[in-house]
Amino acid sequence: MGAIGNTKPNYFKSARLKRRTAKTIVTIILVAGGLIILAPLWWMLATSVKSMKEIMHFPPTLYPHDFHWENFAEAISTFPFFLYLRNTMFITFFVVIGNALCNTFVAYGFAKIRFRGKKVLFAMVLSTMMIPPFVTLIPQYIFFTKLNWINTYYPLIVPAFFGSAFFIFLMRQFFMTIPTDFIEAAKIDGANHFYIWWKIAIPMAKPAIATVAIFAFNGSWNDFIGPLLYVNDESLYTLQLGLHTFQSNTSVQWNYLMAASLLVLAPVVILFFIFQRYFIQGLDITAGRKF
Amino acid sequence: MSMTSVPTKSKSKKIRASKKMSRMARREELQGYIFILPWIIGFIGLQAGPMLFSLYGSFTNYDVTSQMDFVGFQNYIKALTFDPLFWKSLYNTVFYVIFSVPLTTLGSMLIALLLNQNVRGMRIFRTVYYLPAVLTGVAVYLLWLQLLSPVGLINEMLSWLSIDGPAWMLDPNWTKPALILMSMWNVGGGMLLYLAALQGVPKSLYESAEIDGATAFRKFLHISFPMITPVIFFDLVTSLIGGFHVFQEAYVMTKDGGGGPLNSLMFYNLHMWNKAFEAFDMGYAMSMTWMIFLIIMGLTLINLKLAPKWVHYEGEDK
Repeated sequence: MGAIGNTKPNYFKSARLKRRTAKTIVTIILVAGGLIILAPLWWMLATSVKSMKEIMHFPPTLYPHDFHWENFAEAISTFPFFLYLRNTMFITFFVVIGNALCNTFVAYGFAKIRFRGKKVLFAMVLSTMMIPPFVTLIPQYIFFTKLNWINTYYPLIVPAFFGSAFFIFLMRQFFMTIPTDFIEAAKIDGANHFYIWWKIAIPMAKPAIATVAIFAFNGSWNDFIGPLLYVNDESLYTLQLGLHTFQSNTSVQWNYLMAASLLVLAPVVILFFIFQRYFIQGLDITAGRKF
Repeated sequence: MSMTSVPTKSKSKKIRASKKMSRMARREELQGYIFILPWIIGFIGLQAGPMLFSLYGSFTNYDVTSQMDFVGFQNYIKALTFDPLFWKSLYNTVFYVIFSVPLTTLGSMLIALLLNQNVRGMRIFRTVYYLPAVLTGVAVYLLWLQLLSPVGLINEMLSWLSIDGPAWMLDPNWTKPALILMSMWNVGGGMLLYLAALQGVPKSLYESAEIDGATAFRKFLHISFPMITPVIFFDLVTSLIGGFHVFQEAYVMTKDGGGGPLNSLMFYNLHMWNKAFEAFDMGYAMSMTWMIFLIIMGLTLINLKLAPKWVHYEGEDK
């Protein structure tokens, strides 16, 4: 835009000035909005280290006047935090593995292998995204009950090994960008698709697999309905269930509740900051989608 | 869907090629089916099968343990005529969707447009705005319960503007607006989609418009907006489906699915959940899921029908 040269007449200057003021206004709006977005998280942090006396104070104090770090120790000892953490990590681990393996496998088939009925089948994959989860929730519950899977982690883990429409779509979009030449060349060398998938496609698709893994991690870590429905035994509880029970038991201890909540959210926030670009990449692929 | 890889138009050539390749093609095809087999098993076992069962079950008095007698349309009739909570919960859900979906769609589009103005620190803003979208679950609902308390942060901030804030989760008139407000915290998810689309708009379009002296508003109306209509459409369709799915926040924030003051947060899925997993009236609950499914399908079909009128696809659709 500044390529016009040095002989800019006056009105260009005023246009530039106008643009600069516009940009300043935009920045001010964005900063204000950003502060509003961050305010709840600040509140969580502040509340978690306040004393109960300070929390009861009115009007509320905007920052903690003295820091009660022992709230965290207190919160952890009021419910079996580490047991629930281990349970959650166990489930999440298998859900991530299942999703990363299965969706890349299925998506490779849709992207790189020729077979009859592919278009129809892929349209079916996409259309399952339109099914509201609650339609299948009850019959799935009945199904898992009949399998005697209540009070086990199977209903939470096993479905992850059978693909999810959104992830299949995401991975397929990515595999489509791998030049067919690579695959044809490997085929001429006598490789079958399983070999190509494992040795060529997966190494090339690492960023996309990371995207799937990160979304799957979040979904599983934050899953509340699944454990609520399938896990009754308190020793099998996940962090989400633990937090929920903790809330019902101590409904006014906001500092402990927020400290515990913070600990539950922390891994998600940390992963978000480390793997941010994979979140953004996943959404970029989705945005390129056409109906 | 053709088995041959030869893109020739001559028929005889095609047949000859397909014969020569048929053994290889057949082997390839078999591998293709093996690759998608996990999805097929999952589709039959976890989706299509359960849905068929649910469709049949919705015409029975199934209760998991003792009975499964065919009762015709009784569940559907009971829901539409005898169950006041059915209509109440449907009303609550529609109320939530009508406000939450357009507000978040508009909000995320607006933020994306602002972020697209080449402001400094765009990446930081993007991170900050997107952050709430990855934060869900019980922890977040507990946080909002506290923010929305009559003496919480939100009312404190409102008091700076000399606004006397409502009792939010305690006042039946304000419970749904409270959850709508909470849903707007997640504008960042949609925002990233819009931003990705906006950044895909060729710069040359804006440059030539500037030469023609177009104002910022006209540039938006004639360039940015048409170019992002596919994303608006996608966002609308998916958030409509998601909006009708509202359940977890109400369940956690109203003491185990109590529905809040005067059932003002008794959402459709909450009512269905209580019928299915508290009363074990599975047949009835399954008929409820089919009715909401039909409503969502209908709305999606209307969306798809209307799409060609306003959704602009650059170039030809593949």
